Amino acid sequence: MRRKATLATLAGALTLVAGTAAAQTELTMWYHGAGNEVESRIINQIVDDFNASQSDWKVVIESFPQLSYNDSVVAAALAGNLPDILDVDGPVMPNWAWSGYLQPLPIDESVIADFLPGTKGYWDGELYSVGLWDAAVALYARRSTLEELGLRTPTLEEPWTGEEFMAALDAAKASGKYEYAFDPGMAWTGEWYPYAFSPFLQSFGGDIVDRSTYQTADGVLNGDAAIAFGEWWQSLFAEGYAPGTSQDPADRDAGFIDGRYAFQWNGNWAAVATLEKVDDLVFLPAPDFGNGPKIGAASWQFGVSATSEHPEGAAAFIEFALQDKYLAAFSDGIGLIPATPSAAAMTKNYKEGGPLAVFFDLSKEQALVRPVTPGYVVAAKVFEKALADIANGADVADTLDAAVDEIDADIQRNNGYGH
Amino acid sequence: MASINPANHGLRLAVRYAVLSIIAVVFLFPLVFMIMSSFKPDLQLLQDTGSLRAFLPVGDLSFENYREAFERAPVWTFVKNSIIVTGLTVALSLFFCSLAAFSFAFLNWHGRDTVLAVILATLIVPFETIAIPLLLLVSKLPWLGMDGIEWGWLNTYRVQIIPWVADGLTIFLFVQYFKDLPHELVEAARVEGASWWQIYSRVVMPLAGPVLATAAILKFLVMYNQYLWPLIVVQEESYRPVMVGLQYFFQLNTAWGEVMAYLTLITVPVLIFYLALQRAFIASIASTGVKG
Amino acid sequence: MSSRLTRSNRAGWGFALPGFVLIAGFIILPFFFAFWLSMTNQRLISPNPTQFVGLENYRNLLGLAVITLEPERGADGAILVDARGEAQYPRVRTITRSDAFPQYRGMREWFRWQSGENVKVVIASDVVFMKALVNTLTFVLVVAPTQAGLALVLALLINQKLRGINIFRMIYFMPVVVSIVVVSLLWRFIYDGNDGLLNNLLASLTFGWFTPVDWLGNPDTALGSIMAMSIWQAVGFHMVIWLAGLQTISPTLYEAAEIEGASRLQTFRYVTWPGLRNTAILILIVITMQCFALFAQIDVMTKGGPLDSTQTLVFQSVERGYGKQDISGGSTISVILFLIVLTVSLIQRWLTRER
Repeated sequence: MRRKATLATLAGALTLVAGTAAAQTELTMWYHGAGNEVESRIINQIVDDFNASQSDWKVVIESFPQLSYNDSVVAAALAGNLPDILDVDGPVMPNWAWSGYLQPLPIDESVIADFLPGTKGYWDGELYSVGLWDAAVALYARRSTLEELGLRTPTLEEPWTGEEFMAALDAAKASGKYEYAFDPGMAWTGEWYPYAFSPFLQSFGGDIVDRSTYQTADGVLNGDAAIAFGEWWQSLFAEGYAPGTSQDPADRDAGFIDGRYAFQWNGNWAAVATLEKVDDLVFLPAPDFGNGPKIGAASWQFGVSATSEHPEGAAAFIEFALQDKYLAAFSDGIGLIPATPSAAAMTKNYKEGGPLAVFFDLSKEQALVRPVTPGYVVAAKVFEKALADIANGADVADTLDAAVDEIDADIQRNNGYGH
Repeated sequence: MASINPANHGLRLAVRYAVLSIIAVVFLFPLVFMIMSSFKPDLQLLQDTGSLRAFLPVGDLSFENYREAFERAPVWTFVKNSIIVTGLTVALSLFFCSLAAFSFAFLNWHGRDTVLAVILATLIVPFETIAIPLLLLVSKLPWLGMDGIEWGWLNTYRVQIIPWVADGLTIFLFVQYFKDLPHELVEAARVEGASWWQIYSRVVMPLAGPVLATAAILKFLVMYNQYLWPLIVVQEESYRPVMVGLQYFFQLNTAWGEVMAYLTLITVPVLIFYLALQRAFIASIASTGVKG
Repeated sequence: MSSRLTRSNRAGWGFALPGFVLIAGFIILPFFFAFWLSMTNQRLISPNPTQFVGLENYRNLLGLAVITLEPERGADGAILVDARGEAQYPRVRTITRSDAFPQYRGMREWFRWQSGENVKVVIASDVVFMKALVNTLTFVLVVAPTQAGLALVLALLINQKLRGINIFRMIYFMPVVVSIVVVSLLWRFIYDGNDGLLNNLLASLTFGWFTPVDWLGNPDTALGSIMAMSIWQAVGFHMVIWLAGLQTISPTLYEAAEIEGASRLQTFRYVTWPGLRNTAILILIVITMQCFALFAQIDVMTKGGPLDSTQTLVFQSVERGYGKQDISGGSTISVILFLIVLTVSLIQRWLTRER
């Protein structure tokens, strides 16, 4: 692998020398992976390979820390300083497209025909972004825990029902062996809340906004299904099944591995690290609370900024990056789900019989994208606060009503967000 | 204070030191925790947090976290940027703010009190409120560069420095201090025919040691801890300061040992600056014996 | 003071101008822009045109009303009671979500009290803002005097001639030099509800009698915990300012007091305190401003939770302006904050005026 990399760099250097006559046009690109060494290495490799593969374009990458990436992009957009190629979190994309930061992605859609649905970003009928990977969430457990507690192992075809799930938590709680039966991950504030927890609400039959019109949350976020969800959610914390909003992020990282939590709701990006420390780790599908088991979809994707003067160059790079070998490299490097079955077959974790292959199926079977609307950015914040408040004992119906009012007011103030 | 009993005196001294030391522990323990943790592997670090072991150099100690921190992020670049930005801002700020304060404290001119009141009112404006308008402003400002006029200040040092040079608090600190200086000094110099600039630079500023130290420390802390502003005006890694760099360490499954190592590293320059200033600070207090 | 010798319009303006221009350009001008934003419906990012909306943003934040709830009665007119024997009242949402009361639409309960057999409920257009306002004022009222007082005590303590006193000076100042973000991160470990340092320390000091408290996770303790940490962090800075003030007091005054046979308390009352007048004003103003600007601790430690018990005005302003892309709403909160602090400062100025 290293040898190959050196060769590629060498080839790149040669092309550079050769290409000085027909100068490459510079394209700037922003990426959210600063501080993540593996991710940076792979993306830099792709950029180097691309620059070496042709003589028209030269991509220059600037990496940002993920935590503040969106703030950086919004600020740069306000100041009129966007790069040519941007990476964008799937659910945020409609907001940026609607605001005029992004332009439709000029690539042939046949290229992405066999990509997982969560990796394609459509807004207003047009493709704006494509992801090299998707992410999925599963219920982490130990096989030994399931055996000791005498629990049926749920499958994709036959997941746990809501009752079975609660019975499992009861059994874990009654065993007295765990600090908490279930770790939903309350320490991960921010996008984790809507990403990881809104699928529970959807499985109950509610949603963050009414997807038929995207003009209101009334009835879906405070209807009977949502209130049932809210009461269940509150009971997790009130009855001591789960650590609440004050959970230490370090406990979130180590609690399940240390055996202090029986079950953990976690993403596939944590799977490789957890597998190293927990040898009988199993990934269980989401429980079905009545409307089918659901998990979130869509992760980081690439798009072209509206101000780019060379969209064709930007698109050329994105298309180049969509090769199976890069999809597989990202997956091997950071545990993400490769966007295509053919790339999955090339990876060590997602190939048939691989330890994480189950996530590929989860992503295909259960995944539901977050509401595709520019208003999602605000609705997600409101939803996050509502869930934190309910977990802390706020009145369920009042809290959800207030969330609905805030989301509706926001939609109105934005003239319906262009739907 | 009649007769001093040596035994009694010794006891009182011991009590004094005991009180001072207990308070010292209260102020020190989180920092000791930070430094000790920076040498421990993550798992041990987290297990130690609940007990006294958190403050002790025990277990598996190494510089591994430091090594990995340097691999994860260009730490020296961040520290260098912060020092450049902070150093220049502090120096410019001390000059311009003391100059203005001199005028407010010693000179009489039309509009003086109004201007001072307006400046003091700006103390109240939290930076977060004006960040976006300010961003829109600096993104369009001109600058005379090597190749003529450039437009826009984004991705530079100057955008991190110039807006922060003058502030109400620093001016206010100087004004309060200058008002306490004996005005006869200034008037005597004036009678002798000194210019205002000479009075400022030769008479007043040599007496301003303590306030210079206080203002410098305050400004240093504000500048070194900048986060929101550089985040929105700097997109290039080569201009990022330390607090933006801290974000590199918060990935999913944060490596807390590395966080502690980075925090320790970026705290060192501040401690050095404070120690250096403290000496100047004390020396200058000794030299201002004229006051009272 | 208005001596002819010090009158000079040209030099006066000349010296003040560079500083004033910088402040005018980089603080005052943007603030006026923020003020203008608060009168519009501007979003942080949006393709929609900006509209002038007058005071609507202010009304959305400040709207308050009191409603009266009558207990539920059975068919016979008797008050219905629940299992615990308490009267039942209709839910507030039956009023605030009813078309019969359009004036209360979207308002929420802030707090209530019993009035005879009825219940009076204060409803607000923006309960979170109201809570943020109350929390911020509480924070200022508790932290400003406590911190200033503690800082003075510390300053007096380290203003003695002792071998090694400089080391203590440095140590007490240490928390100040560490960024508040860093400090907040460290204290999150200390306040941890399960096996945090503070809980374990208290448990061992009381031989296990102390039941662990989830300091940041409990609405009753969260704000107090943040206050304690904030004082811990900043007290050293104000100690240094007091110290500078203390050292400007001439030693001859103390010698005179000693000759007169003044007690320690008398010395403090008649020598030290009068000599600290300007310092005291400075500290009072600086602490008040810093307290009103409370933000970083909240952002790192609690994000305003649990149950809004640590919401503050600046946090809300940022959360709305950036997080929820409602820059006009965020600006409105800032303007309100500005007006509050301005009022407080004018009162402080009046109270500390030279008589």
